[in-house]
Amino acid sequence: MNWLALILLLMPGLAWAGEARPLADDPVAEARLKHLAVELRCLVCQNQTLADSNAPLAEDLRREVREMIAKNMSDKEIIEFLVSRYGDFVLYRPPLRATTTLLWVGPFVLLTIGATALVITLRRRAHKVVEVAVSEEEHRKVEQLMAEGGKRS
Amino acid sequence: MNRFLLPLSIFVVVVGFLAVGLKLNPREIPSPLVGKAAPDFSQPQLYEREKVFSPADLKGKVWLLNFWASWCNGCKTEHPVLMEMARSGDVPIYGMDYKDQPDEAMAWLRQWGNPYSIIGMDDAGRVGINFGVYGVPETYVIDKQGVIRYKQIGPLNQEVLANKILPLVKELQAQ
Repeated sequence: MNWLALILLLMPGLAWAGEARPLADDPVAEARLKHLAVELRCLVCQNQTLADSNAPLAEDLRREVREMIAKNMSDKEIIEFLVSRYGDFVLYRPPLRATTTLLWVGPFVLLTIGATALVITLRRRAHKVVEVAVSEEEHRKVEQLMAEGGKRS
Repeated sequence: MNRFLLPLSIFVVVVGFLAVGLKLNPREIPSPLVGKAAPDFSQPQLYEREKVFSPADLKGKVWLLNFWASWCNGCKTEHPVLMEMARSGDVPIYGMDYKDQPDEAMAWLRQWGNPYSIIGMDDAGRVGINFGVYGVPETYVIDKQGVIRYKQIGPLNQEVLANKILPLVKELQAQ
């Protein structure tokens, strides 16, 4: 039993942590990959960028992008490669198309509607305050009531 | 009464949008490849590694390309559907073993049955990327000219088979 405990105690010595290897030997290529990957969406875990994701597909796509960078392809060509396979969905910034007009214009439409509603409401309110007209008789009544109230307190 | 009409109608519109949004499946990303020529490949076959599987050999045929893997759960779910389709002989099914170990793939097929005419190996996942695969299983219907006509994302089921795939296959075979 003792020797077992001894072995177990020595075990952690066998485990050692290696330093993470750089992803590519070429830091310039790696910088380009990073720059591209934050603009691209991982298709498996949809709210992560290609740069953040650990999904196997994201790893494969990073490998593809790295190879395309090594082949000296432009950013536009690389993005074209991915869009032709996965559609606009891979882009974090969707392009302005007929199908995405609502997406791009929608917030501004809502803003305009909100601003118009606000202006109309404010104008109406201002109107109401101005339009109050008090007749001579009403004026007398109010004064009478106020006088009575003063006596009571 | 009039005062509540506007907020109520806005509420109804918002609820309508949310209801539609809830019914959409965010995992189903429309493929830009439908209607385009299937990407070319030539991959070693699972059972005969020295032989090559290439879509060029299938010109003039309507066929299904099914991406699967022994590690994939959805593949087990759809497997009975594929087996039934293979038995009926309506359309040949070709497999692409996606990022898998050959021995594990073969063991899986021994256990559950092999519905595929030929199986290609895509161990690096490159064919998958060219086809826009982002999760197995995925199934493509490819026509006589080698054009992708339909993409099924996720497991096949009887409903999809009866309502979409088989009618489409019949139509394409008649062309």
